[in-house]
Amino acid sequence: MLQDKDRMFTNLYGFEPFNLDAAKKRGDWRDTKEIMAKGRDWIIEEMKTSGLRGRGGAGFPTGLKWSFMPKEVTDRPHYLVINADESEPGTCKDREIMRHDPHKLVEGALLASFAMQSHHAFIYIRGEFVHEGTELVRAIEEAREAGLIGKNACGSGWDFDITLHRGAGAYICGEETALLESLEGKKGQPRNKPPFPAMAGLYSCPTTINNVETIAAVPEILKRGGEWFSKLGKDEKNSGTKLFCISGHVNSPCVVEEEMGIRMKDLIETHAGGVRGGWDNLKAVIPGGSSCPLLPAEICDTVLMDFDSLREVNSGLGTAGLIVMDKSTDIIYAIARLSKFYMHESCGQCTPCREGTGWMWRVMTRLVKGDATLDEIDMLLDITKEVEGHTICALGDAAAWPIQGLMRHFRDEVEERILAYRKIAKAA
Amino acid sequence: MKKSDAINASFQPDSFVFADTKAVEEIIARYPEGRDHSAIMPLLDLAQVQIGKEGPFGDFPTGGGWITRAAMDKVAEICKVAPIKVYEVATFYSMYNLEPVGKYLVQICTTTPCWLCNSDAVVKACQDHLGIGIGETTEDGYFTLMEVECLGACTNAPMIQMNDLFYEDLTYDSMIEVLKSLQKDEIPPHGPQNGRRAAMALTGPTSLQEQAKKAGAL
Repeated sequence: MLQDKDRMFTNLYGFEPFNLDAAKKRGDWRDTKEIMAKGRDWIIEEMKTSGLRGRGGAGFPTGLKWSFMPKEVTDRPHYLVINADESEPGTCKDREIMRHDPHKLVEGALLASFAMQSHHAFIYIRGEFVHEGTELVRAIEEAREAGLIGKNACGSGWDFDITLHRGAGAYICGEETALLESLEGKKGQPRNKPPFPAMAGLYSCPTTINNVETIAAVPEILKRGGEWFSKLGKDEKNSGTKLFCISGHVNSPCVVEEEMGIRMKDLIETHAGGVRGGWDNLKAVIPGGSSCPLLPAEICDTVLMDFDSLREVNSGLGTAGLIVMDKSTDIIYAIARLSKFYMHESCGQCTPCREGTGWMWRVMTRLVKGDATLDEIDMLLDITKEVEGHTICALGDAAAWPIQGLMRHFRDEVEERILAYRKIAKAA
Repeated sequence: MKKSDAINASFQPDSFVFADTKAVEEIIARYPEGRDHSAIMPLLDLAQVQIGKEGPFGDFPTGGGWITRAAMDKVAEICKVAPIKVYEVATFYSMYNLEPVGKYLVQICTTTPCWLCNSDAVVKACQDHLGIGIGETTEDGYFTLMEVECLGACTNAPMIQMNDLFYEDLTYDSMIEVLKSLQKDEIPPHGPQNGRRAAMALTGPTSLQEQAKKAGAL
């Protein structure tokens, strides 16, 4: 269990104002200039030492990602782009940072940009977060007025500014190359890789895209040291603290900062008031946002909440948004509704995803009623395999995995429903 | 589908002029030189809000509005791109309303996390109280009802977005209370409707004890 002294997001619930004065009292913007004076190599090394892995879902090591940026700046400027397009069902952590602790993000943006020789960072925030965007803009203005960013940021000699760009309602823009397209004023359709953004990203310039939580963790890691962060959590590959969002059938849903690798049961019982009706009433948990395959209760009993532990049980940590479902849940509908989500959010660029997400949703809709034949389960699984891995971006995979998870653990229930429906139909 | 006479009247005028030219300049200046096309989305948003304010309900504080063809053409002209590039953007993103919407656009999240917490009751409350279905507008033009995908407030499910504001932790009854206030043009305080603080557990904080004590939340 994480102790309060090791928490980074000390204003997670907005006990104090988000403004600069209050943020400074919480320790933000302290020693920023001194950290920059240690140089960009030191910063990147310290990030590598911390073991921080990207908090947006994929979990790529942050320090390593930063080191992919070209060492020399040519005629093409470098950019940092911060992904605040938080849209994965079950996920609502970046929102808390932006509305209650935005100065952590602004300070982190300066430090990360400096390390990658970028003078301009963009924050791409989902359009629906109007209130959060307003507070973030206010924090950016405060920092600018105080000389913390802008020309000669913090007196470091480095010029740096931030632009907030609002999205307009498209889940796909959370995919990094779709986000870049959107930032360039186009439809949010993912790009083929390579070239990778570190070579040709925003405006074809070297670009690194990081999640809000990743960047907001940077100042605290550099101030307390990469080693402090690496010693928290389960092991060196699953280190540090993480914001967990616990939603669904729990007694008191919440967002909370905990140690990486905490036992799922402890997380739910300590922070979310336990499963509605008691732990024995648990049916399944989607552990990391909608695209991660669900886990049945027997796995939830013992599983740890970190990248590698969840991968071992054929799921993932994703964004660490837990969707808890008790025994009253129609689990087939719960997954069918996710299929509808992915059908709605497919950008339409790749045929397997554009057509496949619709197919999957239509079959799932029939399975909710039981209006299908038993062999259609395997046919549906075949479709998921045809979509998975056959598209430019991972939305196709994300649409396939929840269904595969359902069939892996609750195929009996799907079959029972089909048989029950056929029995009724026959009798009629 | 029910459409309102009150809000169709001013649809598709021949021309569009940005009222706030300073705001347009400020938006263009946010992006590097020669990258005016990046301003397409914020300009569309600016146009949408302006058209809403020029509409039958006048200036009201929480956003809303829609985008006309003439406004898209104007954005294309400013950003120096072919109009089709702007049409593509305006039709791709769900937050650009391409036809008039009510003064209060009620968007109900029904994705799995909200559904688990009974978003069905929220949908029913809106339908019962307003007498319209999803995708419809009330005859007085006050309310448009929409079903939307995850709005990113899952620990505060079920929730809706009304124009720019989130209303969270809703029940059948509290949803009706929100609607009743809006009918009187009173905007209820946004955020959780069950008295909780942001995304903190309703039963009290399980972490940050010292901060909670200082704020009087413990």
